Amino acid sequence: MIVNNVGLLPPISPRLRSRRIADRVFRWAVMASVLLVLLPLVAIMGTVIVRGAPALDWNFLTSLPKPVGETGGGVGHAILGTLFLALGGLLIAVPVGVPAGVFLASDRMPRLGGTVRLCADVLSGVPSIVVGMFAYTLLVLPFKQFSAMAGAFALAVIMLPTIARTTEEVVRLVPSTMTEAALALGAPRWRVMMQVVLPSAGKGVAAGVIAAFSRGAGETAPLMFTAFGSQFLTTSPMQPIAALPLVLFNYAVSPYDDWHAQAWAAALVLATLVLAGNVIAKVATTRRSR
Amino acid sequence: MNPMPMPTETRRIATGAAGRDVALVAPRPHLGMPFQRDEDSPTAPDKEPRGIKMVIDSLTAGYGSHAVLRNVSLPVIERTVTAVIGPSGCGKSTLVRCLNRMHEIIPNACVSGRVLLDGRDIYGGHLDPIELRRRVGMVFQKPNPFPTMTVRDNVLAGWRLTGTRPPNADGVVEDALRRAALWDEVKDRLKAPGASLSGGQAQRLCIARALAVRPDVLLMDEPCSALDPIATARIEELIHELASSVTIVIVTHNMQQAARVSENTAFLYMGELIEFGATAGLFTRPSDPRTEDYITGRFG
Ligand SMILES: Nc1ncnc2c1ncn2[C@@H]1O[C@H](COP(=O)(O)OP(=O)(O)OP(=O)(O)O)[C@@H](O)[C@H]1O
Ligand SMILES: [Mg+2]
Repeated sequence: MIVNNVGLLPPISPRLRSRRIADRVFRWAVMASVLLVLLPLVAIMGTVIVRGAPALDWNFLTSLPKPVGETGGGVGHAILGTLFLALGGLLIAVPVGVPAGVFLASDRMPRLGGTVRLCADVLSGVPSIVVGMFAYTLLVLPFKQFSAMAGAFALAVIMLPTIARTTEEVVRLVPSTMTEAALALGAPRWRVMMQVVLPSAGKGVAAGVIAAFSRGAGETAPLMFTAFGSQFLTTSPMQPIAALPLVLFNYAVSPYDDWHAQAWAAALVLATLVLAGNVIAKVATTRRSR
Repeated sequence: MNPMPMPTETRRIATGAAGRDVALVAPRPHLGMPFQRDEDSPTAPDKEPRGIKMVIDSLTAGYGSHAVLRNVSLPVIERTVTAVIGPSGCGKSTLVRCLNRMHEIIPNACVSGRVLLDGRDIYGGHLDPIELRRRVGMVFQKPNPFPTMTVRDNVLAGWRLTGTRPPNADGVVEDALRRAALWDEVKDRLKAPGASLSGGQAQRLCIARALAVRPDVLLMDEPCSALDPIATARIEELIHELASSVTIVIVTHNMQQAARVSENTAFLYMGELIEFGATAGLFTRPSDPRTEDYITGRFG
């Protein structure tokens, strides 16, 4: 097998040979670019694990920050804050995004649907700091107060396109024969949606929601002037609240070595959270569309 | 297939020819008669005279500007089986889908003419499609039980999906499954998912689902085409039994099946009704050469 065509075949014409070389070069180029795509992820995760793991322990995950100068302390408040903000974002984005996705999939009003789809795609491309500005003017300035609510709203805006478009995608996968069967039994359209289409698209919709969750949980810019961050454990929607990305940012730019270590550990927690969400969502959607 | 522009005015057209085909089978005066529902008269259905359950009157239907059905008129006799035959693409499915207004769920579908159910025009505006579809049930070519629901919930789907509750759910489930000749096979796994049945069982489940809301009319669009001969025989047997209580319209490609199960047969060709009459007569002495060509297998 190793003794391949080179030795056994009759002499190769120059043109064929140059083609072979081109083929080989191309193959290597593709392999190299595949590796280059994988490299950043592997490098990032590797660095984060190596540098974050030492500071990561149960205490770090559960306790509050210590004042400057004291060692120890953790980011429990920020983990809770991030969950709080992301869930708050979902609370707003799901009731809007899921019906919007269902509407998009129904093709009932193609013109309006096309416009909505375009808006969703554009919205998902809007820089997240601009979304933060928007939430700031809308919900921070009038109340003269940074708040968890404003942060959750900003995250909701970021989550909305993901939820709407994934819902549309998975609802489209539900065979039209199901819809027909339900309509032929006399079901009104909204019941067909609620009782037939959404249950069979349920897994996919959930995957979209999880993807949106992890996307929102990882955002920093929109929280900087909405949720703002906090040193304490807060749960009031009207108070500023801590979030992992904010803690990460503040600790990383601080002059203290202790905080640098904690920033790496926070990065590890955040990356794990977001990555896990993405993996769960991916697995669930591929199972669906198989 | 020569496309014909649809008349721009919808609903009623060409009243002139309306009575002609109808008169082939039953006198017009029947149309105004109040019809009894089968629950009211459980005794000896074969003895009493049968009225006309539905009248298709100058029905023209199509998609966009393409008229698939042209001026079709025929009656559907109460508690009998009416077969619709014809070559592929001649408009059989379109015809039955017009009888429960499922045609109009297709974007840019259009329909004109009248379809009377118990003497009242289902396109007349007084009858909600939801109410209509409960009275005129449908079984599709491919078995389509709801995969996310259990067998039991599938049977009850017609109730649940219309926001109503049957008075006695267990009774309704058992009764519908018995009428669909499926009870014995699934009585021990009513909680199994609807997707877990074989093709023939799934189709009978779909029949049970349609029967559970006690429709007057059952439309069946090639209900056996996805089934093997044994499952087909079971469904045909079932159609026979059901015909004593339900009016059935069945589309079939299988001439023997039409001959076996139906009392009347309509032959459609390129969107037009070529011949309608008693099945025995139509198959032995077709009056139109096209019918004869089709049933003897010369085309289609
Ligand atoms: N959704 C649709 N949009 C446009 N045209 C359609 C649509 N459905 C059916 N048609 C056309 O209408 C005509 C009749 O279709 P129909 O399904 O009624 O035929 P059929 O007699 O049931 O055929 P078959 O025996 O193959 O099921 C065909 O020419 C078909 O191309
Ligand atoms: Mg058909």
